[in-house]
Amino acid sequence: MSVLQALDLRRRSASSVPPLPAGKPAAVAVAKLIDVSKCIGCKACQTACLEWNQLDQPIGYTDGSYDNPTDLTTASWTVMRFTEYEHGDDLEWLIRKDGCMHCDDPGCLKACPAPGAIVQYTNGIVDFISDNCIGCGYCVKGCPFNIPRISQTTSKAYKCTLCSDRVVVGQAPACAKACPTQAIYFGTKEEMIAHAGKRIVDLKSRGYQNAGLYNPAGVNGTHVMYVLQHADKPSLYAGLPDDPHISPLVGIWKGVMKPLSLAAIAFAGAFGFLHYVTKGPNTVTEHDEEKAAELAGTDRAGSDKA
Amino acid sequence: MTEHTKPVSRYTTAARINHWITAVSLILLALSGMALFHPSLYFLTYLFGGGQITRAIHPWIGVVLGISFLGLFIRFFALNFWNRDDTIWMKNLGAVINNKEEGLPELGKYNAGQKLVFWGQSILILLLLGSGFVLWDTYFASYTTIDQKRWSAVIHALCAIGAILIWIVHVYAAIWVKGTLRAMTQGSVTGGWAWKHHRKWFRQEVGKP
Repeated sequence: MSVLQALDLRRRSASSVPPLPAGKPAAVAVAKLIDVSKCIGCKACQTACLEWNQLDQPIGYTDGSYDNPTDLTTASWTVMRFTEYEHGDDLEWLIRKDGCMHCDDPGCLKACPAPGAIVQYTNGIVDFISDNCIGCGYCVKGCPFNIPRISQTTSKAYKCTLCSDRVVVGQAPACAKACPTQAIYFGTKEEMIAHAGKRIVDLKSRGYQNAGLYNPAGVNGTHVMYVLQHADKPSLYAGLPDDPHISPLVGIWKGVMKPLSLAAIAFAGAFGFLHYVTKGPNTVTEHDEEKAAELAGTDRAGSDKA
Repeated sequence: MTEHTKPVSRYTTAARINHWITAVSLILLALSGMALFHPSLYFLTYLFGGGQITRAIHPWIGVVLGISFLGLFIRFFALNFWNRDDTIWMKNLGAVINNKEEGLPELGKYNAGQKLVFWGQSILILLLLGSGFVLWDTYFASYTTIDQKRWSAVIHALCAIGAILIWIVHVYAAIWVKGTLRAMTQGSVTGGWAWKHHRKWFRQEVGKP
């Protein structure tokens, strides 16, 4: 993706200077709402994603389930994950459209060491800028949802862009446009939360007492949200994290460790310099050389200087 | 100053080459590693031809360092075992730092500080190699879990900082203690240097223990 002039940055990876204010009102936060209860698993969204982004997913192998491909790849930025949920005599088919959640506090961006390789626009979309990407895989370690994939051919990281190139011109993401049951909505985050509220009331009236919105607070909310029939147990949905947050290890690695490390190195350098200036060098004296000759029993002074 | 004895051989040519391959690798690793560790130092990637190349080349330099350091380890480990005199030396570190080492026990080829540098780097380089392979996604991404990779990232960074700090001590000691550097450039030291700093070793070298 290229950074479009019309999209202002809110965050920029590995950059100590925050993006300059654009001098115009911040864009309204957008969100995609995926209503899992309305999804029929047709994979039209996957196809639309491949088409719009001109991606080529090579034909692979089935693992015996409906998951196809079996995991996210550098070309498949979204994948339907099918779960058979048995409880009592009931069998429910839970179909979750997996892909980047566009965290409001993105772990990938926090972990990224390359300036400007990951950006977050003021509308909330988190985008990978391939031109700046160095393929280190730190975003994979930062992500609480296991989303980014590194290409073996281009050595760049890829994931859903939330169709930032469509959104900027007022279009909904390709997946939302293609969905035949309107299980994927797109709009302002506020509208999407309100719409989810209506859907949850409806689901509760149909016996899904634990229906709810998945907009996890651990990452300060997401710009891709789910309506879940069983919002009390998100992990039912092919391992959707119950309480996602940026790993504390990433927090240490990308937080306190950076300034403390540089300070320690600077301190060691300064200590050495000050020691030399105050204590001076440790030198061998003429006396030492004489004692050495005495010990070796061969005083060669003046005859053969090395 | 006049040298009264023949130069005392301290390092063979092979040992010196081995040392300098390790030294150059370690410096390149520190520069490329720091470039990817702290955004303020990202400009160091330009030394290597950009971010992608820095990311690709760093682990390969690590492999060179690993093999090279193994050579140093095999050469020197037997001379670096801790003994009672080392404990006394460490207790008098203050005197050493103040250039007043006269009253301390006679030392073999290495003093306690040098031994700590040796073992410190040995342990840290082992940890850096282990965690480095976990982080080397190009070839090893599929062998570990993401959480293991996160642990490795923290361990790798911590050990690297430790190794850089030890490296600073090592380099500074060579600047501070005059007559030391020629051991690694020319292979020999003066008799006076050997008598002053490593008298037990000097006695062995001249055959008069």
